[in-house]
Amino acid sequence: MAKDKSKESPSRHLQRFHYTQEQAIEKPFNWKQMWRLLAYLKPYAKTYLPAAIIAMFISTAVRLIVPILIGKVAIDVAISEQNVTLLTYLVVVIGILYLLSYAGNVFRIKWVNILGQNVIYDIRQHLFSHVQRLSHRFFDSRSAGSILVRIMNDINSLQELFTNGIINLLMDIVTLVGIIVILFVLSPKLALAIMVILPLMFYLTTKLRRTIRRSWQQVRIQQSRMNSHLNEGLQGIRITQSFSQEQENSEYFHGVNKDNFNSWKEATKKSAMFRPFVEMSNAIGTVILISYGAYLILLGENNGGIAIGTFVSFAFFVGMFWEPISRLGQMYNQMLMAMAASERIFEFLDERPNVQEKSDAHVFKDMKGEIVFDKVHFYYDKDRIALNDISLTIHAGQTVALVGHTGSGKTTIANLISRFYDPTKGKVTIDNYDLREVQLDSLRQSISVVLQDTFIFSGTIMENIRFGRPDASDEEVIRAAEVVGADEFIKRMANSYETEVEERGNILSAGERQLLSFARALLANPKILILDEATASIDTETEVKIQAALAKLLKGRTAIMIAHRLSTIRKADNIFVLENGHILESGNHDNLMKQGGEYYHLVKAQFQMLDAI
Amino acid sequence: MDTFKKLKQYYWPYRKHFLLSVFFLFFVTVITVVYPIILQQTIDRVVLMDRYELIPYISAIFLLLMTVKGFATFYHQYLGDLFGITAVYKLRDGLYQKLQRLSFTYYDNAKTGDIMSRLTADVEGFRFFLSFGFSELLRIVLLITISLGVMFYYSVPLALVTMAAMPFLAIVVYQFDKRVHSAFRLIRKSYGNLNTRVQENISGMHTVKSLSREGFEIGRFADRNDSYRQNYLHTSFIWSKYFPLMEFIGNFCAAALLAYGGFLVIDGQLSLGALIAFFSLVWYIMGPLMNLGFVVNQFSQAKASAERLLEILEAEEDITESEHPIREPIHGHVTFRNVTLTYADDDDAALKKISFDAPPGKVIGLIGSTGSGKTSITQLITRFYEPISGDVLIDQKSVSDYYLKSLRKEIGFVLQEPFLFSTTIRENIAYGSPGVEDEQIIDAAKRAQAHDFIMKMPQGYDTMLGERGMGLSGGQKQRIAIARAICINPKILILDDATSAVDMETEFRIQKALQEVMKGRTSFIIAHRIASLKHADEILVLEGGKVVERGNHDFLIKNQGPYQRIYDIQYQDREEVMKRQHA
Repeated sequence: MAKDKSKESPSRHLQRFHYTQEQAIEKPFNWKQMWRLLAYLKPYAKTYLPAAIIAMFISTAVRLIVPILIGKVAIDVAISEQNVTLLTYLVVVIGILYLLSYAGNVFRIKWVNILGQNVIYDIRQHLFSHVQRLSHRFFDSRSAGSILVRIMNDINSLQELFTNGIINLLMDIVTLVGIIVILFVLSPKLALAIMVILPLMFYLTTKLRRTIRRSWQQVRIQQSRMNSHLNEGLQGIRITQSFSQEQENSEYFHGVNKDNFNSWKEATKKSAMFRPFVEMSNAIGTVILISYGAYLILLGENNGGIAIGTFVSFAFFVGMFWEPISRLGQMYNQMLMAMAASERIFEFLDERPNVQEKSDAHVFKDMKGEIVFDKVHFYYDKDRIALNDISLTIHAGQTVALVGHTGSGKTTIANLISRFYDPTKGKVTIDNYDLREVQLDSLRQSISVVLQDTFIFSGTIMENIRFGRPDASDEEVIRAAEVVGADEFIKRMANSYETEVEERGNILSAGERQLLSFARALLANPKILILDEATASIDTETEVKIQAALAKLLKGRTAIMIAHRLSTIRKADNIFVLENGHILESGNHDNLMKQGGEYYHLVKAQFQMLDAI
Repeated sequence: MDTFKKLKQYYWPYRKHFLLSVFFLFFVTVITVVYPIILQQTIDRVVLMDRYELIPYISAIFLLLMTVKGFATFYHQYLGDLFGITAVYKLRDGLYQKLQRLSFTYYDNAKTGDIMSRLTADVEGFRFFLSFGFSELLRIVLLITISLGVMFYYSVPLALVTMAAMPFLAIVVYQFDKRVHSAFRLIRKSYGNLNTRVQENISGMHTVKSLSREGFEIGRFADRNDSYRQNYLHTSFIWSKYFPLMEFIGNFCAAALLAYGGFLVIDGQLSLGALIAFFSLVWYIMGPLMNLGFVVNQFSQAKASAERLLEILEAEEDITESEHPIREPIHGHVTFRNVTLTYADDDDAALKKISFDAPPGKVIGLIGSTGSGKTSITQLITRFYEPISGDVLIDQKSVSDYYLKSLRKEIGFVLQEPFLFSTTIRENIAYGSPGVEDEQIIDAAKRAQAHDFIMKMPQGYDTMLGERGMGLSGGQKQRIAIARAICINPKILILDDATSAVDMETEFRIQKALQEVMKGRTSFIIAHRIASLKHADEILVLEGGKVVERGNHDFLIKNQGPYQRIYDIQYQDREEVMKRQHA
């Protein structure tokens, strides 16, 4: 394909995207954190945990006893003395032991999983509930994706640790110590000779594993970059095709793909070295066993040597060495991963909601809805002043409009009324109660906020409206929809109220979403209604419907409207004109127009614009 | 196998890696079986016959063999992996290029999440099989065959007795695999459900908090969380039922071996060394057998993955380059002649017999309710879709005759949703024209009224936009998108509701600046606010895919049609306010 590259510098598009790269920093092992994590085992410390440990002990013991029985009893006594009866008894004993081990395994797997899954359930429930209680400030500074990752992926990476990890750790230590003890009891000399391979094995599991682990970390970093791009590339495919950047993007992707390939190749090469090294160290152990063991047999039992059966037992045990050592190495990896994950989880759990509830907080029972701002200052950050000395009173049942440019503080005022934030200075009261002194649930249940960007949960339309009040009956839901005029389009849908909708689905238009959120707000039957008027693409005909619905919604409530459309503003009882966090002027439309101040200019300017374009 | 054949071009060129890997595998397996033989030789020849002078030789042979095995193991594993990752590397490039070419029609019916899971999980499943699955199957067959051979060589009756339990093991393994895989699917499904629940909750957090529904949400979450736990436990119970049983059968064989083998040794029919060797050999057969189910399952999963990948690779490309495309630059004269468009075969027509003529420099306004066909018209000009009848012409030649790139690089499109990429503001504006000078970028930003707010940001044009352009308001994103379109200096400019999220003053400034930009270009403006398109040379009022009214603003406001109705609604405020002013 001929490429049009006359003007382009050839390499620029190869670095066109930038994705946040996670750092491959390894967290050191932290005991305090580990204990905190292990505290989640506490509820099961008298049930599943000890039960699983006992079951584990049984099967491990059988695994250690059988080789001795075969070597020392079967070979050294029964076979060498040609005692068929003893052999028969022995086989029966071994059979019984195996049955025991079978039962031990069944219950170990069962209990270990119940333990692990319960702990994971608890941690996840704990974290999710905690996150629900956090305030807006927390969500302001984080993307939805990064929160999701902690609740899902980070907790999942603890799963292995709590299911098999802890029990396996115990099992491996018991096995390893057991083998070493048995070997020394059987023949200290041969045992000592064979222990030579232990340091070698430990060296391999720690050092070699570490380089391997790091090279896989590189792969993961490359992979996440690649996936970020794939995801974004798919979402932006329409833009890419509009600007005919398909070829350039393919070249970019080729680069990312190649980086991924190279890091993978590197990692796989290192990984492939692991097994050969391990087997070589095993082979060395075997050679020691064969040569030195044979020599000891030659010496004879009476001259400080060993019997054939001991030799055979040794052969079994040397074969069993590797597994626990290897798993201990893996366990170490797992611990490091768990450290990183739990640090991220605890970071969230240590977040305190900025908005705290007092224990003796006032519960609104029958709110009137009189809102007062008393010299309120508010900063999002130190250098981002949002409200500067705001004092205003909204009487119960009044409709007020907040007018001003983007960033003048309109939405902040609304957020303070719902107590999503606390004022930095001054206080906000409703019915003379300082909002810091009231119970949050009772406050927010008396307030409905209709947002510019209404969120639709996946589920039926019925469920979405009912989100405003979960105990509402079907009839009440339908009545709410009828009142705001949403009924009409809902009935036109394939399954009427039972139609499934979802956030990113294109089933609902912006206007229809707006009507749904009106129905939701009406169903909640709030004392105070806050409307962040949508300016987004709603066609005029729909907007007329929305205006009509609004009138019904406002009846008998205190309403705060963040408005752009003059028709809405004009009808308000009181209008506050804001600029840079100050109130410039207030009054009703007619008064403000007569004053000829900022409001007058704003209105004039709008009309001039309408004409001038 | 047909599925794999179709993907051949991605892995067959690298068969050398695979064949070599299998070659080394052969050494690995043969030498594995040597270990028990050495043990047997040591016991029978050396220990029992007191010929200790043989020890050095045996040790040397053993070490030598193990060294060979070490190298063979390395190359077997490395080359096998290399085979898989190379194939998948090529496959990913192929998939990506294909996805770049697929038309809007494909994306209208596809979900990003679904394509992503194909690009990640299915590609991984396919790689795993190439790297590991097939050669593992070979390894199992080889190991079992050779081990059986050695066992039968040592003692036919003992081999038969030991292997008596094999059929039982096979049945257990089969049952286990059958059950465990459907259970794993359930785990994945409930994990997915849990994930969706959390994602929705966080995205809708503002709504949740506004309505004070945290407790309700925690309850809903607990349901899903519990269902995940139950599904997981269900699977591990299957595990606990079958896995110890498999081990028990293996152990049972070992016990049978001890009983009958011990008897044979006492009876003098078998050497002690051979009995010891049997203990190793029996696990060389049992172990792989327990794995067999896993590998077979891997195969069927890889096949399913490959099919899902083929669905992408073989998806129909309905927008294709013509055989002798026109590569000349266009002037921007857009003509529609009786254009009719349907998105899917049995759908109603989205556009019905649309005609208009827009010579260079002309401004066309499009207005109408959601779904009336405004966006469809503009998307035909860029050939994102193709009409089922009628002609879409540019400079009197059909758009399908043009080389796509030379067509689209002359059209500046601002889509309804201002999607921005994760890179600097500078690169976002330069997206359509990589390599433009900075002056041109800044000029475009100034015209789009974006320069001022960009300069207020800490890093100016080098400010990094997060994924999905986080940190910018809707209006700011729209302005960058406009700058991006202006930056390619297009002959045709299309603004699809491009200023819906900016406030009136800013819109006013953008409109003024755009008038400057539109000079000499053909422009299409889609808007709901009459103020945004009243200066258009021709306004098409659309309803249900048809032009119901057309003409300029002055004509339409007196035409007694829908345009006048919209005008009245939008301007009623002014009338009233003005009246009071004069009163």
